[in-house]
Amino acid sequence: MQRHIFKPDLPPPPLSVGVLAWLRNNLFSSPFNTLLSLFAGYLIWLVLPPLLQWALFDANWLGRSRADCTGEGACWVFVQQRFGQFIYGFYPPELRWRVNLTVLLTLFAAAPLFIARMPRKAPYALGYLLVLPLLAYWLLHGGFWGLSEVATSQWGGLMLTLVIAAVGISGALPLGILLALGRRSDMPAIRVLCVTFIEFWRGVPLITVLFMSSVMLPLFLPEGLSFDKLVRALIGVILFQSAYVAEVVRGGLQAIPKGQYEAAAAMGLGYWRMMGLVILPQALKLVIPGIVNTFIALFKDTSLVIIIGLFDLLNSIKQATTDPAWLGMATEGYVFAALLFWIFCFGMSRYSMRLERRLDTGHKR
Amino acid sequence: MHTTANAPRAGGSPWTDPQLRAWLFQLLAVASVIAFGWYLFDNTQQNLAQRGIVSGFGFLDSSAGFGIAQHLIDYNESHSYGRVFVVGLLNTLLVSAIGILLASVLGFLLGVARLSPNWMLSKLATVYIETFRNIPPLLQIFFWYFAVMLAMPGPRQSHELAGALFLNNRGLYLPAPAASAAFVPLLCSLVLAAMVIAGLLRWRRVRFDATGQAFVLWPAVLAVVLLLPGLSVLLAGNPLLWSLPQLQGFNFRGGLVMIPELMALTLALTIYTAAFIAEIVRAGIQAVSHGQTEAARSLGLRPGVTLGKVIIPQALRVIIPPLTSQYLNLVKNSSLAAGIGYPDMVSLFAGTVLNQTGQAIEAIAITMSVYLAISISISMLMNVYNQRMALIER
Repeated sequence: MQRHIFKPDLPPPPLSVGVLAWLRNNLFSSPFNTLLSLFAGYLIWLVLPPLLQWALFDANWLGRSRADCTGEGACWVFVQQRFGQFIYGFYPPELRWRVNLTVLLTLFAAAPLFIARMPRKAPYALGYLLVLPLLAYWLLHGGFWGLSEVATSQWGGLMLTLVIAAVGISGALPLGILLALGRRSDMPAIRVLCVTFIEFWRGVPLITVLFMSSVMLPLFLPEGLSFDKLVRALIGVILFQSAYVAEVVRGGLQAIPKGQYEAAAAMGLGYWRMMGLVILPQALKLVIPGIVNTFIALFKDTSLVIIIGLFDLLNSIKQATTDPAWLGMATEGYVFAALLFWIFCFGMSRYSMRLERRLDTGHKR
Repeated sequence: MHTTANAPRAGGSPWTDPQLRAWLFQLLAVASVIAFGWYLFDNTQQNLAQRGIVSGFGFLDSSAGFGIAQHLIDYNESHSYGRVFVVGLLNTLLVSAIGILLASVLGFLLGVARLSPNWMLSKLATVYIETFRNIPPLLQIFFWYFAVMLAMPGPRQSHELAGALFLNNRGLYLPAPAASAAFVPLLCSLVLAAMVIAGLLRWRRVRFDATGQAFVLWPAVLAVVLLLPGLSVLLAGNPLLWSLPQLQGFNFRGGLVMIPELMALTLALTIYTAAFIAEIVRAGIQAVSHGQTEAARSLGLRPGVTLGKVIIPQALRVIIPPLTSQYLNLVKNSSLAAGIGYPDMVSLFAGTVLNQTGQAIEAIAITMSVYLAISISISMLMNVYNQRMALIER
């Protein structure tokens, strides 16, 4: 019996597999596409080599003073020498452990909240939200229970940026939820009040709000009562941000089907129990990504406090670049600030996208 | 939404009557808002009296006494605070208009590039978008102003392009157009050309509706556009005289100048907003389902017509509302000008004028109400647009 022996397969044409095929399909599939690739390559060639040369290869990394920067590239010595000031502002160097401890405590105590299967999450979160601000205030500000006082005028740098962002969002969140509920209320007077409030703050730039809280708030308050600058800025930020949070939450409330409201009412729940037990848990879950996005916007907006003279991260760097001993370091300073802001904002936006994907599945049928 | 029962119940205490409670609750809310407002007003009156500040808008007529680096209308130190307001408002509108124009162009290009099948181009657009929308706009403004514009060489060593554009630490110098005697005929010919094209368009539509015959428009339009203004230039002469910037002594004279503050602000706002617009454009194009393209192709429409008549109109419905809110954001972000001293409305009015006159409430109220007026009118326009564009579903 004759056995038929197959010949071995020919290899696929070289242009249809591997790197070459990928290049052909993605970069050179048509004359126009080739042109685009060449254009993109030219752009990269224009930007990337000089950037790397400046930021890495020609840069000076080690040293103590301006004189150590000899190369053509970036002088990272400046950032390295002023690092403490950029992070802590004028916080006394020997007390900086208090800031570090606060950050560590905040992160460690928050960690269980991010574990999906932790039991009793809600009471824990409530306790966290009640205890942590007091603890943070005690550690950062001090002045009682054995810690010496550090006035808010000494706060600065990244630490102040984080404080403003954190207080801003934790103040704006409850206020925003209340405003959103008010905007969807049956009572016309409440609705009109809330809509006016929300549209007012959304219609004006934050900078005018900060101007207002720094020059008009002292006029509004009775004789003798005055807040310090940071508190005034925080009030402005919270009012401004709560309007944006309210709009995000309203989106979530509108997405809850009417049957949920009716079912809750049929169970005999009153307004607050209906909202607290049935509607808000579902609505807030829907809008978590939106709230994270608002928080990113708030984080970027904290840089505006420079206008009323607070020394946040951006202002600390701006001040450092005007130091006569370090003139001409503006580029290095701002690039460093941009990098820090970018890391925070990009990280949060990725987190929000992940949440969106994870939370989305529950609503697809 | 009617979640509470509205019918009054028979019997029971009045406290359990939802309607009565709602009335009481609202009355309480309104009363407390009024009381709070009155409390603030009263405090303010006392504080103002104590500091000897007379409230009112009388200060708008008194002479300002300070110079402004950039004014689109005639202005000098002897002009009034009211005039300062107009100068500031025009400067805000100028930077917003330039920013919106440039950001739209850049944003649309980036949005399309991000969807490009070309891997390198789409990754490049992604890197741009992810970089610039995650850096605060104020930081970008500072970068362009302090690290780029102020680090430019002086006027004598300025960067030069074709002897007409000069870039130095005093700003960007451009040739300035000035109308000559031949400008009016040119303008007339342009208007005439526009009218002819509008007529052509109408005729084409009527003919297409009646007979189904297409008319290739572009040769006719090109002929009209070239012929009419060309004729006017030939007959009446050069319509525009360009005044070139000239280096005289230590600075340039003549031409148009974009001051460094305006340059930095425009660059930063354009780059920042373009990243957001690109994402909106991408989302809008992706929102049109692929079935639409396939349906159009199976009807025999050519790719160009598919794009123009099927995809873009549907994408625009998704794109335009968030796009307007980005434009509004750009207008509001132009107030960051205060950080680098570009004489916009906030830095002039809520900054300099407020410090000089001490009229905090009036200055802030005027500034805020301008922004409020802009955003409320835009959002009203948006509502009208949304109502007109809303899908009419069966």
